Amino acid sequence: MTPLLSVAGLRKSYGERLAVAEVSFDLWPGEVLAVVGESGSGKTTLLNCVSARARPDAGTVRFLTRHEGQRELFDLSEAERRLLARTDWGFVHQNPAEGLRMNVSAGANVGERLMALGERHYGRIRTEAADWLARVEMDAARIDESPQTFSGGMRQRLQIARNLVTRPRLVFMDEPTSGLDVSVQARLLDLLRNLTRNLGLAAIVVTHDLAVARLLAHRMLVMKDGRAVECGLTDQVLDDPQHPYSQLLVSSVLQP
Amino acid sequence: MYVAVKGGEAAIDHSVRLVAEARRGDAAVPELTLEQIRQQLRLSVDRVMTEGSVYDPDLAALAIKQAAGDLVEAIFLLRAFRATLPRLGYTLPLDTAEMRLQRRISAIFKDLPGGQVLGPTYDYTQRLLDFSLEGKSGSEPDFPCEGKSGSDPDFPPVLELLDQEGLIERHAPQEGDPAPGDLTREPLSFPAARATRLQNLARGDEGFLLAMGYSTQRGYSHSHPFAGEIRYGMVEVELVPEELGFPVVIGEIALTECQMVNQFAGSKTEPPQFTRGYGLAFGHCERKAMAMSLVDRALRADELDERIESPAQMQEFVLSHSDSLEASGFVQHLKLPHYVDFQAELELVRKMR
Amino acid sequence: MRDSRYSFAYLDERTKRMIRRAILKAVAIPGYQVPFGSREMPLPYGWGTGGIQVTAAILGPQDVLKVIDQGADDTVNAVNIRRFFERTAGVATTERTRDATIVQTRHRIPETPLSERQIIVYQVPVPEPLQRLEPREAETRRMHGLAEYGLMHVKLYEDIARYGHVSTTYDYPVLVNGRYVMAPSPIPKFDNPKMHMNPALQLFGAGREKRIYAVPPWTPVESLAFEDHPFEVQRWSRPCALCAATDSFLDEVVTDDRGGRMFVCSDTDYCGGRRERKAAA
Repeated sequence: MTPLLSVAGLRKSYGERLAVAEVSFDLWPGEVLAVVGESGSGKTTLLNCVSARARPDAGTVRFLTRHEGQRELFDLSEAERRLLARTDWGFVHQNPAEGLRMNVSAGANVGERLMALGERHYGRIRTEAADWLARVEMDAARIDESPQTFSGGMRQRLQIARNLVTRPRLVFMDEPTSGLDVSVQARLLDLLRNLTRNLGLAAIVVTHDLAVARLLAHRMLVMKDGRAVECGLTDQVLDDPQHPYSQLLVSSVLQP
Repeated sequence: MYVAVKGGEAAIDHSVRLVAEARRGDAAVPELTLEQIRQQLRLSVDRVMTEGSVYDPDLAALAIKQAAGDLVEAIFLLRAFRATLPRLGYTLPLDTAEMRLQRRISAIFKDLPGGQVLGPTYDYTQRLLDFSLEGKSGSEPDFPCEGKSGSDPDFPPVLELLDQEGLIERHAPQEGDPAPGDLTREPLSFPAARATRLQNLARGDEGFLLAMGYSTQRGYSHSHPFAGEIRYGMVEVELVPEELGFPVVIGEIALTECQMVNQFAGSKTEPPQFTRGYGLAFGHCERKAMAMSLVDRALRADELDERIESPAQMQEFVLSHSDSLEASGFVQHLKLPHYVDFQAELELVRKMR
Repeated sequence: MRDSRYSFAYLDERTKRMIRRAILKAVAIPGYQVPFGSREMPLPYGWGTGGIQVTAAILGPQDVLKVIDQGADDTVNAVNIRRFFERTAGVATTERTRDATIVQTRHRIPETPLSERQIIVYQVPVPEPLQRLEPREAETRRMHGLAEYGLMHVKLYEDIARYGHVSTTYDYPVLVNGRYVMAPSPIPKFDNPKMHMNPALQLFGAGREKRIYAVPPWTPVESLAFEDHPFEVQRWSRPCALCAATDSFLDEVVTDDRGGRMFVCSDTDYCGGRRERKAAA
């Protein structure tokens, strides 16, 4: 079986600073990988490189496309990458306003990808949008409202729906629950866990919060100073960390 | 009984006659001569030449007379005329270091080689209406025409003093640097190179650039500008005729040049240093040259890795709206009949109520 | 009589060549906006300089020119432009659509169907159909290049969600030859169907924005819509008060200050022609 995403020898520098150094991993269909580290660890840079939002200085990122086998991401044309980003991938931003059109309705936000792919039946678009709003546990009656009127948690749910409407096989998430109230976070994490399980989504979730990793991820990658210092099953890494830095990270988390 | 409206041609003819009469005004009052406009409204002439993109004071004076003093209209006349002129050749780049100076000031040094030459400017006057100008003035002013030459070692360009310490960015063109595009021949496309941006700004409406430049000073930008040097005087224009193969001086033109100096904190490839904003205008247009230099610097945000936060830093915003012909034309086109589209809107609003 | 101090139709030959090249490219790529080096003309930008430059580039001494604005030959803009060509080209001009070889128009397509031997030149204020949604030209260029038109449909969706129908009544965006989304210029949507499979060559000139585009003869032109909210044209409940036409675009004319109104054909040649034929019958 071929991995959904194969990353090998990834390296990226910003001027003198080495942000990501020699990171490699495979991601399998339906698998959720958490990339964990403090700020400055390079986890966001890694996410941007594997999602083709930034170009690495070295290394390869291969994605298993639906119809053309494994393709090196940076050999694809910009058009192909943009199409991928709109169909087979999702990207959930930490700040939902960055992943939404704030000046159009919730329904239009969810329906946009469908329209971009040629769906031309208003009724069907609307039904599908309402359906997804329900799936992310939003009140479908708010379909015509603008996200300007939504709370942070609701905006995040809307962003998720907007991404999932084309049933992507891989979703990238950048601190999806940071900046939300603790109780809102918990409900959102539950939603994400259910969605990834029920839809068989593979995901790479960048987070500084070990609890998020514990709840969502099958496997975990710990990053420090641009390097992957430990990688393994989430429970194993959290319960029995091997690398001194992982140990420090785990022990410094206060248990509730 | 309604009859479809006709008579547009006759109405237009009448309107054209009226505006010609209005332009002339009271026939008992002596008619303006082009020479009077050139001499006594020289700053209007300078602005019209700058934004009209033609250095010809007589034509500019004619345009001003025809436009009854509406400078934007005069600029339009000059540009339209320019569009009919054949292109004979390109001059060599002008060397403003060789300028025959009438005015030269710098705000960054208290004193400097050559000193501060104040020259003819309203800067040091008090803005009190001078009623003695109501009649004819008696004395003939004794205005010296010869300025000191800029190539006189007494007047080194100020920014070269900073350059000696390596404190100011250098901008020597690289090998194989392409010739600048010509905005009067090709349409603007984004992102635009600096040479193209400068062309756009040079032709741009002074009021618009002034407001944009002003906005960079009022907290909509990061760095504090300093007037490194402002020069006004005559510069020789040289051309290399094909048949001769060597440069020939074809005349001299009056120019105003402004170099603003801004601090720059450095980037991953450049150390901290001073950066430049550049402004240039025909004749004596300091306000324009200074505003242009502020906007030029703001538009370099991309190149200098600065965060783009304000309209003056946004290429598409500034360069798309700087041309007075485009702006005036489109704003005023609203006077044209739009009743068909309005009809459609009327129907819609009625339907929606 | 042509003013011989100017080139034929004002523009110098080099400029005409540049414009013709742009036109050829536009015809080769239906609906695609070709940038061109628009010149300052003796009329202001925004007043038809694009249409004028296109007409000037294609005009020949044997052409017969009709110029209309809002469907009428006698409106001030049309008069001005017609005079411009009379003065600089000395060509014959006409008010009859049927007799023209070139029709330059602002905001209407003539009611009289065009033929293969005719060219219609549209004056375009805003060539970019996406401008309202995305003002950055660098971004819209990419969207056209990649055929990423989702945003356009989002706008239509929003209208229907908010008002129950699309709120655009003029300059209604169209898909040309199944590839490029195009701004047809501020013609009322009533006129959109005329662009589809039209035997005439349709040229579009935007002088201020410096773009030329084209729809070659017999090209499919489809107004954007949803399957369950199909494109619809405007209708009037009464016929033209002068010629009784029921199939033309009608202007509303205010006749008194007590709400008196009457509706007459916007296309003065069409209306006048119908009245002539009725009187002769």
